[in-house]
Amino acid sequence: MSFLHLAYTVTWAIHITYLGILVRRYASLRKDFDELKK
Amino acid sequence: MKTVFPILAILTGVLLGYCAYQALVVAPTDQMQGDIYRIIYYHVPSAWTAFILFAVNLVGSIIYLIWRNPKADMHALVGAEMGVVFLSVNLTTGPIWARPVWGIWWTWDWRLTSTLVVWLIYVSYLILRRFSSAGETPVMAAVVGIFGALCVPFVYFSIWFFRTQHPQPVIGGGGSMDPQMLHVLLLNWLAFLCFGALVYWSRYRYEFLRREVDEAQAMQALAETRGTR
Repeated sequence: MSFLHLAYTVTWAIHITYLGILVRRYASLRKDFDELKK
Repeated sequence: MKTVFPILAILTGVLLGYCAYQALVVAPTDQMQGDIYRIIYYHVPSAWTAFILFAVNLVGSIIYLIWRNPKADMHALVGAEMGVVFLSVNLTTGPIWARPVWGIWWTWDWRLTSTLVVWLIYVSYLILRRFSSAGETPVMAAVVGIFGALCVPFVYFSIWFFRTQHPQPVIGGGGSMDPQMLHVLLLNWLAFLCFGALVYWSRYRYEFLRREVDEAQAMQALAETRGTR
């Protein structure tokens, strides 16, 4: 892989990882929210 | 907003794809560096977007310190967190670009070092927010955030004031850039801003809901404690 493609790949890897963390946090919050509703 | 958000997300995805095509295929090849210079289309917009997010953190922190407005605190937190993400992209793509062009991954020059220092300040800010449960945490974090934001102009102007390994500014600093390259650079920045705005909105909404859930859990725990007495 060239340095150019590595840079673009790493950029999106960082953003996708962050988005993944946000999705996981949302799922956990949703669980807490549903438990509160009960 | 429930129906608008997916449409905006799709439009942003299309814009990002179009901008990546412009950056990798349409923009002219640099005579000195060849194709490797195309890293600029992600490296620079990431830094600019991070600086805007740190400015959001600064404004939010100041408003929180003056009026203790919880929404300002939420904006400050989201600005810092996303700013760290975008600056991480900048700090990672930089060495990947430096290796083939300079022959080294890293050097302790003013621009690189000051960028790393700002990144570390905001990481400290996030660690403080994450692990301190004291009531005064938002106040302490606001002070750290203001301190970090004050360092940002130094990062930006470091290549104006000092001779560095990092190139001199090509925009607004006496340098020049091919108009087509500049057009693609600004287009990519616009795409990053749209992407950042969408993620920002989601993150802010999450923070808002999280605080509501925390508050409801605290109220429930209090009610249960009173009930057992």
